[in-house]
Amino acid sequence: MEIKSIMIVGVGGQGSLLASRLLGNVLLAQGYDVKVSEVHGMSQRGGSVVTYVKYGEKVYSPVIEKGEADMIISFELLESARSLPYLKEGGKLITSTQQIDPMPVITGNMEYPENLAEKLSEKAKVIAVDALSLAEQAGSAKASNVVLMGVLASRTDYPEELWQNALKECVPAKFLELNKKAFELGRSV
Amino acid sequence: MSMKKLMLGNEAFARGLYEAGCRVVSSYPGTPSTEITEKVAEYDEVYAEWAPNEKVAMETALGVSIGGARAFCGMKHVGLNVAADPLYTASYTGVNAGLVIAVADDQGMHSSQNEQDSRHHAIASKVPMLEPSDSGECKEFVKRAFEISENFDTPVIVRMSTRVAHSQSVVEISERREIGLKEYTKKPEKYVMMPAYAKGRHVFVEERTEKLREYAETSPLNRAEISEKAEFGVITNGAAYQYTKEALGERASVLKLGIVNPLPVELIKDFCKKYKKIYIIEELDGIIESHCRNIGVNNVVGKEIFSCIGEINQSVIAEKILGRVNNFQQLDENIPVRPPVMCAGCPHRGLFYCLKKLGVMVSGDIGCYTLGASAPLSAMDTTICMGASVSGLHGFNKARGADSEHRSVAVIGDSTFIHSGITGLVNIAYNNSNSTVIILDNSITGMTGHQQNPTTGKNLKGEPAYAVNLEELCKAVGIKRVRVTDPYKLAETEQVIREELEADEASVIISRRPCALLKYVKHSPALKVSGEKCVGCKACMKLGCPAISIRNKKAVIDHTQCVGCGICKEQCKFGAIE
Ligand SMILES: Cc1ncc(C[n+]2csc(CCOP(=O)(O)OP(=O)(O)O)c2C)c(N)n1
Repeated sequence: MEIKSIMIVGVGGQGSLLASRLLGNVLLAQGYDVKVSEVHGMSQRGGSVVTYVKYGEKVYSPVIEKGEADMIISFELLESARSLPYLKEGGKLITSTQQIDPMPVITGNMEYPENLAEKLSEKAKVIAVDALSLAEQAGSAKASNVVLMGVLASRTDYPEELWQNALKECVPAKFLELNKKAFELGRSV
Repeated sequence: MSMKKLMLGNEAFARGLYEAGCRVVSSYPGTPSTEITEKVAEYDEVYAEWAPNEKVAMETALGVSIGGARAFCGMKHVGLNVAADPLYTASYTGVNAGLVIAVADDQGMHSSQNEQDSRHHAIASKVPMLEPSDSGECKEFVKRAFEISENFDTPVIVRMSTRVAHSQSVVEISERREIGLKEYTKKPEKYVMMPAYAKGRHVFVEERTEKLREYAETSPLNRAEISEKAEFGVITNGAAYQYTKEALGERASVLKLGIVNPLPVELIKDFCKKYKKIYIIEELDGIIESHCRNIGVNNVVGKEIFSCIGEINQSVIAEKILGRVNNFQQLDENIPVRPPVMCAGCPHRGLFYCLKKLGVMVSGDIGCYTLGASAPLSAMDTTICMGASVSGLHGFNKARGADSEHRSVAVIGDSTFIHSGITGLVNIAYNNSNSTVIILDNSITGMTGHQQNPTTGKNLKGEPAYAVNLEELCKAVGIKRVRVTDPYKLAETEQVIREELEADEASVIISRRPCALLKYVKHSPALKVSGEKCVGCKACMKLGCPAISIRNKKAVIDHTQCVGCGICKEQCKFGAIE
């Protein structure tokens, strides 16, 4: 089997590590060789954060380069736009519609580009989801990462049980119910 | 017990330490090495601690080894500069029980102030260095490293990289093998490195290197993967091996070097004879390439096509060797960059805001507060290495005299101050510069992800520990003026800085407020902007808080980010923030 590449992008602090770990666990349980490349350190402080998940029979490189991603999951619109070059022709982009101003916009030196979701749809297959509202509905704005994993789950066909096990494995017990709800809300989008 | 798990390279490294019977760990945090020590501390059988700096950690680990227990010490690449002094002589003393050192390079400078290739340290100190390519190898190489250490009487460095340290891949877990405490016998000719004994040990070191080179010729850590369809050969190491395999597949035969110091001679010569052209794919400096040329192998191509700057990846290899470039899409849009920023409620923000307002020269240091160099605060003039803020300011003031002393400060974090700021402060007191040093005491080592340090009152395991009294420490080295301020109070903080700049004596200001991300910190409710009172003057925007933005010409505060620190409220002249 060809190697599949999924990229998870967002802003430091949005929980991309948890998302990539969930996905990694599901894929491992499916019997694939898996590599997940994370970002720690400096960029976790509110910078652009990129995580790579690759799976297949045998995965070598843990990183994804331009034109290689089968799917991109994005927690923020500007980051979706930034990551577009990494998407393969025919690849899918699942994006939250959340917008977080980066410092050049906060300081007034640049504008946050308008209508990004529409512009992205002209270039690729885009599934845009208001993950923040769904997460708040589940009980915490912080759970948009898991909402988006739910969206991903509904677009792939890994057994429900594997996702549930992964949630149990990766989420602290006291937040499990909240995250299960967030996952469900994402799944039914 | 055998079980497959997805593990970070660093986590697998920690597992390797555990399985190898390592007993004592002493490290100093640094991205991308930190999780090795954090993870190994979770095993009850291993004693693990954060040392004040890498030199102390390395000396502690050497002491453990001489004392007869398997020892480990981990750090980032620049940490090895700090620990170089003990390393170069530990090479001479060798070990009693095994001593393994992790050094994590940061190709691409994801989180570092330089991009040095730490293989140079291994070569210069004549210490063997192994380099794994994925998590499974991390675990296996650690176990091998202990064996090599004990069999050859040497410390062994395991070189990590950001991609290997911070990528998860599949690891097979096994049991721990307990290793008893080795006997300690006094051997001054081995452990007392004064000239008479050191001369003997230098001879030993040179002989050892030759033996290690022979070992490298046949060790399974170096392996040739021969492809029947190969058009050329590749010699590679570390993460670059993975990129090579992905980009070239069966088109290349690959000599994968797991021992990057010392490098084999015959193995390389034999491999290179098989093909007309050999590519050397190594990140950072052309060390394998130079070695090839030194041993008379000249059919190699390396740094003339692969840069010594940044990371290599499969695309770079495919492009440079196969001429293959992927198609990709992009928006015709100017996409603003998103650099890291100080978090909402970060106590460093208020302090830097005051420094910006005062327009002083800021001798900076390394930590979350280095973000004070970015817009809109832009209040930092220099950042070199840990500790350099304090000693550098003293030098700057010696160059420019009294006038400069009233218009410059050093800023340094609590962990960094303990790491290597204290000696600089001793120098200020001893050699009399009227310098002003600000310690940004946020009660944690923030930048590397919240490690305890000697000022926080807790040890690596989270147990209560003695907390250094910074005020008393500064006084004891000879600083008479020591003040404490709360950086959430802008007016007070500005006033304190003004007074200390004016004073004709050296002073220390401790800007004290715990990191807003610490679990025990209680946040105030999120603040709100009153649309009626806000005139859109953007004074609050000068703070560079990620929770504040402008929508329809008025400030708005993102309630999911705001922790109610209140400095924007103090800043607003119209009382629009409540
Ligand atoms: C010699 C060396 N060791 C380790 C590091 C990694 N590192 C960068 S900043 C830092 C400590 C930051 O802690 P602190 O000084 O308390 O400042 P904070 O980040 O909490 O603001 C460390 C360990 C380094 N850059 N250099």
